[in-house]
Amino acid sequence: MKKQNIFILSLTAILSSAIIFTSSCGGAGEGAKTDSVATAPVADPKGIGEFTHVEISATIDEGMVTKGKGIYELKCSACHKLTDAKLVGPGWAGISKRRTPEWIMNMTTNTEVMLNQDPEAQKLLELCLVRMPNQGLNGDDARSIVEFMRKNDGQ
Amino acid sequence: MKNYINYVAATLAIATLTQCKPKSASQVVTGDAAAKVYVAPGKFDEIYNFVSGGFSGQLAVYGLPSARLLKVIPVFSQNPENGWGYSEETKPMLNTSHGFIPWDDLHHVALSQTEGIDDGRWVFVNGNNTPRVARIDLKTFRTAEIIELPNSSGNHSSPFLTENSEYVIAGTRFSTPLDGNNDVPISSYKENFKGTISFIKIDPTSGNMSVAFQVVMPPFNFDLSRAGKGPSHGWFFFSCYNTEQANTLLEVNASQRDKDFVIAMNWKKIEEYAKANKGKVTTSKYAHNVYSDETHSATSTISEGIVQFDASELKDMIYLIPCPKSPHGCDTDPTGEYIVAGGKLAATIPVFSFSKMLKAIEGKEFDGEFAGLPVIKYESALYGEVPKPGLGPLHTEFDDKGNAYTSMFVSSEVVKWNIKDLKVIDRKPTFYSLGHLMVVGGGTKHPYGKYLVAYNKITKDRYLPTGPELAQSAQLFDITGEKMEMLYDYPTIGEPHYAQAIEASKIKDKQIRFFKIEDNKHQFATKGEKEAKVVRTGNRVDVYATCIRSHFAPDNIEGIQMGDEVYVHVTNLEQDWDVPHGFAIKGAANAELLVMPGETCTYKWNPDRVGVTVFYCTDFCSALHQEMSGYIRVSPKGSSVPLKWGLGDFSSDAPVTPEKK
Repeated sequence: MKKQNIFILSLTAILSSAIIFTSSCGGAGEGAKTDSVATAPVADPKGIGEFTHVEISATIDEGMVTKGKGIYELKCSACHKLTDAKLVGPGWAGISKRRTPEWIMNMTTNTEVMLNQDPEAQKLLELCLVRMPNQGLNGDDARSIVEFMRKNDGQ
Repeated sequence: MKNYINYVAATLAIATLTQCKPKSASQVVTGDAAAKVYVAPGKFDEIYNFVSGGFSGQLAVYGLPSARLLKVIPVFSQNPENGWGYSEETKPMLNTSHGFIPWDDLHHVALSQTEGIDDGRWVFVNGNNTPRVARIDLKTFRTAEIIELPNSSGNHSSPFLTENSEYVIAGTRFSTPLDGNNDVPISSYKENFKGTISFIKIDPTSGNMSVAFQVVMPPFNFDLSRAGKGPSHGWFFFSCYNTEQANTLLEVNASQRDKDFVIAMNWKKIEEYAKANKGKVTTSKYAHNVYSDETHSATSTISEGIVQFDASELKDMIYLIPCPKSPHGCDTDPTGEYIVAGGKLAATIPVFSFSKMLKAIEGKEFDGEFAGLPVIKYESALYGEVPKPGLGPLHTEFDDKGNAYTSMFVSSEVVKWNIKDLKVIDRKPTFYSLGHLMVVGGGTKHPYGKYLVAYNKITKDRYLPTGPELAQSAQLFDITGEKMEMLYDYPTIGEPHYAQAIEASKIKDKQIRFFKIEDNKHQFATKGEKEAKVVRTGNRVDVYATCIRSHFAPDNIEGIQMGDEVYVHVTNLEQDWDVPHGFAIKGAANAELLVMPGETCTYKWNPDRVGVTVFYCTDFCSALHQEMSGYIRVSPKGSSVPLKWGLGDFSSDAPVTPEKK
């Protein structure tokens, strides 16, 4: 039960912060909207986390691909297929075109915050209903995963 | 009027002393007690409290001041909650020279120290029945090592640590004939029976234990002990009883002498002697069990041979100090100058002075010898006696202000007294018949003080009744003021004997949250679902399985046959805190598993009937936890059903080729 409780708690936290956010925006001086419905914050395509700018070269770094493949097989493949089929989480086909490298790296390293605050991550949670686990990747690991995804997408 | 007041006071005093049942809690609890034990939701306790689980064989961890039970650490007994002693990896931890023992009795707790201060690295505990000492790692809150002690029976006098955790000292409760000369008449007690005190060396970096040597003592019963500290560092002080050397009806025959002894041992000198002399090597066998966080597995090694020195060889290293009536507790104060002994049948508390004892030894102020050991004159070592403290003094702990707190078993109270002037300052009843008590850091050079907990033997009417078997009771006191204040009363697991407590800040930030899967060196680890497989070797089947929220790989298995010995090695691929997975197969005789993130645990299963059986995850792990399950098909022996396994695409027309390992 404990994990479910955490899940409910986090949702509550998100809702309350969203409400606080909207009410503080609607300052009295602006004669503002008193819309009681929380408006969804605008998604940052880079997600939330330490990665705000990642250099991606035109050619694939095969060394990183090999490292990324190893990490994929150990820590990711139980839930993500390399096709577009959903297993526990979404399939990875096309992901390097759908998401920015920063978003992917933030999602894999700052998982809890992303699931609690990033609108795109939250959409995926609603779809999959299993919170993606933080698998303990560091920045280099996450960057290698991005390279492996690019290779998988035939870039 | 004044006479009347005196009369009332005297009557009350007599009533307090003679009443079997102390005052009720409503009379001793004051107004703000609730606020002092309230720890708001989401807030942490200030103190970790490690409490012996007595006949449960386990160690309980409570938070103080809330008295919330945080964890039961399995040590000497199998534990269904987390598979301790059930999984193939942990079974060796309960191995002894007598074989696998599923249940023992844990009494005493000793936190590791550096320079006389609790350092929060390890906690040592004793197994009483089949003598063992265990070391628990406070980064994982798991038992890391257990060592058996040969030539010891009833390892009650244990474990006691020196001020830099150089040694754990463990004395035998019962004296018995030693290995090599065992089969003797019981009536030859005085001639053939011996006591032993074992010196277990602790590696300062790894904490690993090894039996350095044993000192063979006259056949007394050894009781509690403390190492010296500060000026008395290098010495040990043991209480003992049955110096009558009786072997039957000890209740009467071991209580004949007016005084037994406190034994003072100069362990530094004994250590030097042991380095320079070979001693006698016995043929004793003992188990040494070590758990590794890298292989997630334990090994049990049966060692042979213990080095022994007879006490009679150790001239000028061991002395006896007479001590009134069946002493039990034997505690050194924070300064290391005073040694407080509690006689179970005594009406005073003798306080010995270390510096006076040294002078007495130097001046040879002896009262002859007993069993070949010099007896220091009582008055020559005595600092003073606490007069009329109560009935049945047992154990003493100390605060940070020069006060001592002694448990009184017979009169069921905690008595606070001043070490310097030996005057009683306060007394408070406990409910009922307390044995041990503890002050936070109360065994160190610099006690933290603030809280005292009394551990009681009798519970009776304290809680909602639960049939004939009742929980034990503990009472928490605030000791910051002149008078002690009872704050809280709560049940404990097993029967608590000794306990120790330490500031949470010394432990909480060092916790391992999960095991790195990359560092998993388990022989049967499965690093990624791609490696999941089933391997048959004769009638042994190894299942290399993984789990992650929320499925196992593989989750369909066929080709298991009657007569097979199936080992399911479950690797938890999760890499986050608080995401264990469970594992259980219907009908398996060996219970369940609980696998921490990054860990591999093995489940042994001997199928007992043909058919399809099920397995599932026993720890609620996600919204789809209920789906985390699988099937195993068991066929008759010699069946042609091929061995195959799968996940997701398992079908009869897609056979899997078994891999050869």
